[in-house]
Amino acid sequence: MRINRASHKQEEGTHFRSSRLLEVTDFALSFTTYTGGLKETTEQAIKKLDMTIDTGEIVAVVGASGSGKSLLANAILGMLPANATVSGLIKYKGKALTLQDQVQLRGTEIAMIPQSVNSLDPLMKAGKQVRTMIKGKNKKEKQREIFAAVGLDEKVERNYPFQLSGGMARRVLIAIAMVSSAELIVADEPTPGLDEQALEDSIRPIRLLADQGKGVMFITHDIGTALRLADKIVVFNDGKTIETANVKDFYGKGEALRHPYTKQLWNALPQNGFHTP
Amino acid sequence: MLGAISLLSFILISNSPIDPVRSYIGADMMLVSPEQRQQIAEYWGLNESKTSQFFHWVKAVSQGDLGTSLLYRVPVTDVIAERFLASLALMAVAWGLSGLFGFILGSIAGMKQGSWLDRFIKGYCFILASTPTFWLGLVALMAFSVWLGWFPIGLGSPAGMLAEDVTLFDRLKHLVLPALTLSIVGVANVALHTRQKLVEVLNSDYVRFAKAKGEKGFSLYWRHGLRNISLPAISLQFASFGELFGGAVLAEQVFSYPGLGQAIVQAGLEGDVPLLLGIVLFSALFVFIGNLLADVFYRIIDPRIRAEGNYE
Repeated sequence: MRINRASHKQEEGTHFRSSRLLEVTDFALSFTTYTGGLKETTEQAIKKLDMTIDTGEIVAVVGASGSGKSLLANAILGMLPANATVSGLIKYKGKALTLQDQVQLRGTEIAMIPQSVNSLDPLMKAGKQVRTMIKGKNKKEKQREIFAAVGLDEKVERNYPFQLSGGMARRVLIAIAMVSSAELIVADEPTPGLDEQALEDSIRPIRLLADQGKGVMFITHDIGTALRLADKIVVFNDGKTIETANVKDFYGKGEALRHPYTKQLWNALPQNGFHTP
Repeated sequence: MLGAISLLSFILISNSPIDPVRSYIGADMMLVSPEQRQQIAEYWGLNESKTSQFFHWVKAVSQGDLGTSLLYRVPVTDVIAERFLASLALMAVAWGLSGLFGFILGSIAGMKQGSWLDRFIKGYCFILASTPTFWLGLVALMAFSVWLGWFPIGLGSPAGMLAEDVTLFDRLKHLVLPALTLSIVGVANVALHTRQKLVEVLNSDYVRFAKAKGEKGFSLYWRHGLRNISLPAISLQFASFGELFGGAVLAEQVFSYPGLGQAIVQAGLEGDVPLLLGIVLFSALFVFIGNLLADVFYRIIDPRIRAEGNYE
């Protein structure tokens, strides 16, 4: 499947010129909390993060749970809690982002696919949640097109979130990202705990987004899914980016991988024999 | 439920020190001989057992006969009907105003959580929530009736005026202060609950996601906040029928407003048993209807509850 997609990608490459969408350099994030009354402690959540995303590219950020991946997503959208301090540079289309820019770009240029299916408004029908993000006319038609594209039945648009299965809810969330005009999609762990079929149904539309020339940041702890879907893998551990590897470097015993942690990740996969050091 | 309430209040009343015969005769006690009193008691069936008395009463009630008020010498149903209309106006105004303003204030405070406006509204609500209704009523009377002279001091219509001469304006004028007092107290409760729920909703995944989609300010509130916070507000508002009734009793007492609340106090104090029981039953029914309405609205607003019902 990987090989198929790689060639597919090359074909696509002739349709549009790839350009730099997002560039994160030396990004660090810390939280200031008060423990035991007035004692102030600073917790370094992200120490040093570097990554780039080009148009039409899916970059997976792979790291263990609790390694600060989701914080990265929130940082890009400018949705960090008040006690967070950031340093470093986030550039979007070559321009350093300020918080005002971020507020401005949310939903128009940068869209998010959230982690939790509770992100759907429990009292709004699925179709309407998609339609509110569509600008211009023919909302209903556009919404139905998108639903078909992500493999959702037309009658799902009249369902409330509690009537959807986990996989369906995920696809509604993806549909919401698809109807926005956003060029950068930040997908925060959009595929946890899905069975094979639901997983396939969920990642196909994400691939579709990239093929339309959008850049996708795919945050996950599941390197298997990342390898199936992404073009590049950014390995993130202990608050730092360890390595940015091309998907094609993951083969054999991981000879092409530079960092030992990446090799360990690769070799620990079931099909590679569960090798742990 | 109604059966339990009537049984309970019947037991309470029959064990109270009120002697129905004495309260019936009132000031003429001296003129009535013990033999006559005995006759009255027999005529009323007071010598029968408590149980059979109770069943007599239940039988009458089920036929729509609540008995005759000893105080007013007219059927209890008539008294309730008349008093209830006056109370209803008062309670409806207070209920509507407190619900509306409570919801608005709570929404503002919730949206601006942590700002000075939020702190101000919160502080205001805390003070109000701990203010007794009757005290607020007295303050309102002092300020608006005694000092400013804007509104009459009490009653439901001008004193010494024939009922047919009383205009709607007169009635409204008499209604303002008690209604204001009741609604000011009611606002606090709704506002605080609404604020709490809104803060919760604003921290929810779906509002965070809505913000990530670029929604903000009023459209965010309108689209995702309103419906989600209206549930607790509605249940609170309808469940408050009982409190409203309690508040009305106090407010009507302070303002000498001729409503149901005042009637129940009089009935209790002067031993008008049929009227007391009648009002107790009626208010139970009233509170019951309030809760029922809350359930109905829940169903309309929340599709999840609707669906649960369908599976049953």
